[in-house]
Amino acid sequence: MKVDHNIEPILKIKDLKKSFGENHVLNSYNMELFDGENLVVMGKSGSGKSVMIKCIVGLIQPDSGSIEIMGKDIMKLDHSELDFLRTEIGFLFQGSALYDSMTVRENLEFPLRIHNDSPEKKEELVLDALESVGLRHTLDLMPSELSGGMKRRIALARAIILQPKVIIYDEPTTGLDPITAKEIIELMREIQLKQGSSSLIITHDVDCARVISNRMILLIDGINYAEGTFKELSSLKDKKIQAFFK
Amino acid sequence: MTNTFKITSNIKNFFIEIGELSYFAGHFFKEAFSRPFEFKELLRQCYKMGNRSLLLVGVTGFILGLVFTLQSRPTLADLGVESWIPSMVSISIVREIGPVIIALICAGRISSGIGAELGSMRVTEQIDAMEVSGTNPFKYLVVTRIMATTLMVPLLIIFGDTIALFGSALVEYLKSDVSFLLYFNKVFNALKFTDIIPATIKTFFFGFAIGLVGSYKGYNCKKGTVGVGEASNTAVVYTSMLIFIIDFIAVFVFDIFFEI
Repeated sequence: MKVDHNIEPILKIKDLKKSFGENHVLNSYNMELFDGENLVVMGKSGSGKSVMIKCIVGLIQPDSGSIEIMGKDIMKLDHSELDFLRTEIGFLFQGSALYDSMTVRENLEFPLRIHNDSPEKKEELVLDALESVGLRHTLDLMPSELSGGMKRRIALARAIILQPKVIIYDEPTTGLDPITAKEIIELMREIQLKQGSSSLIITHDVDCARVISNRMILLIDGINYAEGTFKELSSLKDKKIQAFFK
Repeated sequence: MTNTFKITSNIKNFFIEIGELSYFAGHFFKEAFSRPFEFKELLRQCYKMGNRSLLLVGVTGFILGLVFTLQSRPTLADLGVESWIPSMVSISIVREIGPVIIALICAGRISSGIGAELGSMRVTEQIDAMEVSGTNPFKYLVVTRIMATTLMVPLLIIFGDTIALFGSALVEYLKSDVSFLLYFNKVFNALKFTDIIPATIKTFFFGFAIGLVGSYKGYNCKKGTVGVGEASNTAVVYTSMLIFIIDFIAVFVFDIFFEI
């Protein structure tokens, strides 16, 4: 998919600051995500990647700066407006975060609670989402009965069930074997092509970045240290940058 | 100097915890009376808490009535007032022993369960996932659980008290051939509304405390899996302490209104 960088970005972060005591995690952080783009953010552990994405969905309150999603500054929204905006964002958690006490069906139906769809419509959406991750047969299983890779796929199905405009992936391949990781990456690509959504991917996985990214950001010490395509960044001689691609 | 510092720090932490728990309770009341109401989840929690604790409460109540009657029997027999056993046992169980013991059992069973469940949901980001999907996790997880314990613990206590009286009646039947009919006739003659109503009112507060502390500890769980164990453990300790404090206050307050 061709990305148009001349139009207004779907997600815009400006001068974002967040500290935990003396630890300044994000220092005037800026970022833009465009419609249909796959943006990969790489950085060492503790560099502020997870904090940044949690600020985007309002799980962490930043100290200052602004986050605009589809032209709406999330800091100026009240609780119900923010909840509504969150339905336009899909979030894949690092550990899948499936609800242990619910079946796969109930897990997928959970984000649909906010809409008053008929049971038939809900069933259709659940089955479609499961179909797109190839796990239709797991409908009535509990998360404890699924493997790590299956859990990640179900979590992905839950993240896309409302057909969000932006999907945020928090280390989507961490903890998976290389084959399952490849399957997840492929799935992410398929979903992006099918839905035309924008993706913000936080990862340490160079393969994932190489396959999926249109653009990459290397986050070091709470700022964008380098930005460009995978090819551009991987060919730079800077030691700090090269450390990511070894 | 170090010991003084530790004591001061502990006292400070204690008051911070009281403040945070009070704020949490305030948040509960704010969310409990605003739409949307999570009736389905509330019913699920009521069923889960009530149904799963029924056997434990029943067995505990039965043994409580049985042992209490067996232990007090010889003393009353020495005084020649064995006929007082039904009234003495029923008043003791309904007013004090039943509610407190069963509330403590529920603290161990329900409060620790809530603490562990919400704690593990917190550390595995399930609560964050709920929030991201546009659902208010406090309303869905906390409000429903506190309401469920506030409604179900009184019912469990009434059930436990009843079973305890059956246990006591069984001892009387076996030891002195007092029929169940006669036993319960004496029980109902001895019990007054001023015994039953204050005792029932305080059980709602016990239930509230059980849900509140369990939810507070679990919902604010930190430090990964270690924190889950800690949340579960401290939930039981704090709830047990709170049950005795509530009981103490209830006795004073009800003494003014009901002259018990």
